[in-house]
Amino acid sequence: MTKKRILIVDDDMDYLFQMRVKVEQMGFETITAESQAEAEKIILDIKPDLCILDLMMESDDSGFVLSYKIKKKYPDVPIIIATAVTAETGMTFDIRAEESKRWINADLFLDKGIRNDQLHREIKKLLKL
Amino acid sequence: MATFKILIVDDEQGIRDGTRRILQNFKVDYPFMDEQIDFEVLEAGTGAEGIDIIDKEQPEILLLDNKLPDIQGVEVLEYVKSKQYDIVVVMITSYASLELAVKATRDGAFDFIPKPFTPQEIRASIENITKQIFLKRMTQTLNSTGKQIRFQFLSVLSHELKAPLNAIDGYLKMMRERQFGESVDAYDEMIDRSIERIKGMRTLILDLLDLTKIESGKPTQKLQEVDIRKIVQLAIDTIRPYAIQKDVDLYLNNREPIIIKADPGEIEIIMNNLISNAVKYNKTGGRVDVFLEKQPETVRISVSDTGIGMSDDDKIKIFEDFVRIKTQKTRNITGSGLGLAIVRKIVDMYHGTIEVQSLPEQGSTFIITLPDPGK
Repeated sequence: MTKKRILIVDDDMDYLFQMRVKVEQMGFETITAESQAEAEKIILDIKPDLCILDLMMESDDSGFVLSYKIKKKYPDVPIIIATAVTAETGMTFDIRAEESKRWINADLFLDKGIRNDQLHREIKKLLKL
Repeated sequence: MATFKILIVDDEQGIRDGTRRILQNFKVDYPFMDEQIDFEVLEAGTGAEGIDIIDKEQPEILLLDNKLPDIQGVEVLEYVKSKQYDIVVVMITSYASLELAVKATRDGAFDFIPKPFTPQEIRASIENITKQIFLKRMTQTLNSTGKQIRFQFLSVLSHELKAPLNAIDGYLKMMRERQFGESVDAYDEMIDRSIERIKGMRTLILDLLDLTKIESGKPTQKLQEVDIRKIVQLAIDTIRPYAIQKDVDLYLNNREPIIIKADPGEIEIIMNNLISNAVKYNKTGGRVDVFLEKQPETVRISVSDTGIGMSDDDKIKIFEDFVRIKTQKTRNITGSGLGLAIVRKIVDMYHGTIEVQSLPEQGSTFIITLPDPGK
């Protein structure tokens, strides 16, 4: 069986690297992107088996928008939105805004501080492994 | 020491007892807090009982199970919302019911704790909430005392301070677990990145100190005759080692002193920021030119570089707090995102103006005009 391919998007290059290592150690193949634009370019040619997206507060990038676009192109690809926003700043993302509601079609929200084994379990569940 | 009341509404005695044990001796502190906060745990086994305690005790935090014997947890949530109580609600739920989670968030739930939960999970959640309540209260106090520090600023700040810590923490753990074998060489990159993140944090802290200086110095600003040329020369000398490293030449195109009535510390902050930016965002072999010009009522300062430049969209944003332009070219450049915001704040204090002219790939010029209050 070929390895499942996971797209990871985060604007913090260190977090991205660490997440990549974690996910690869779980036995998956990874593709990474540091911005929404970069991720959008990747999905033009490549269909990942699962995506892990940061909420991304900077540079107008948004995990929600990206999630919306990925789902539009590949409705069957599960998406995890990893967020440190609530944990670090106490800000809840605006899930109430009418416009956001349409975007928020991610399969799972996870805190960025999640333990490896929990993450692995969630990924396997979403990939139906 | 302040005490927050936490009400746990859950029909399982075991969950209530467990939560009580976990939070009994738990304390939260925070860089901005003078005192620690501890917790008093209240319990209810049904929704009705919960509502009763909410009315009587007005707890700060509510841990709410959705499956209750009488009414649903979300109904309790709706009650809290209808009464406009200032209570942070955390739903205790299982991962399986994401729909419920989304609905609850819409109705004002702050967080979710999956069931069954570990002591760490519940502590982490309570810690975050406590900080959020603290920040909110602090903002309210600050607003009511007329101080203009924004909640937004503190929120972003705590994110900016935590992100490098998380990155370094992650690398240290990878090293401790020898994830890339026993050879130290394999970890060079991680060590470099950690040092880079520490450097970024240090810059942020220094910029914050500058910010405090200008914000607290505002009413007692000490204006004196200052030779801007001297300050620029000093800034250039400070930045020169870094410029040599980047192969960037620095030029000050004035020989005569330029005297203005100003606070020397503040002019120094402006010049340090503009000149170090001009080096930081320059290209190898580039140059930085500083021009000073005395006009009848004003002094004009311009700092030009031959660096990477920026787009028209970016020009509008760069003077905001915590804004950094993220492109492939800037990804390895450390910065707090506060430098230009600080410069703008100082310039505003002097009723001066700041503008930027820039072309991508060709360079940027920052022009400041300061009225001379001595005139």
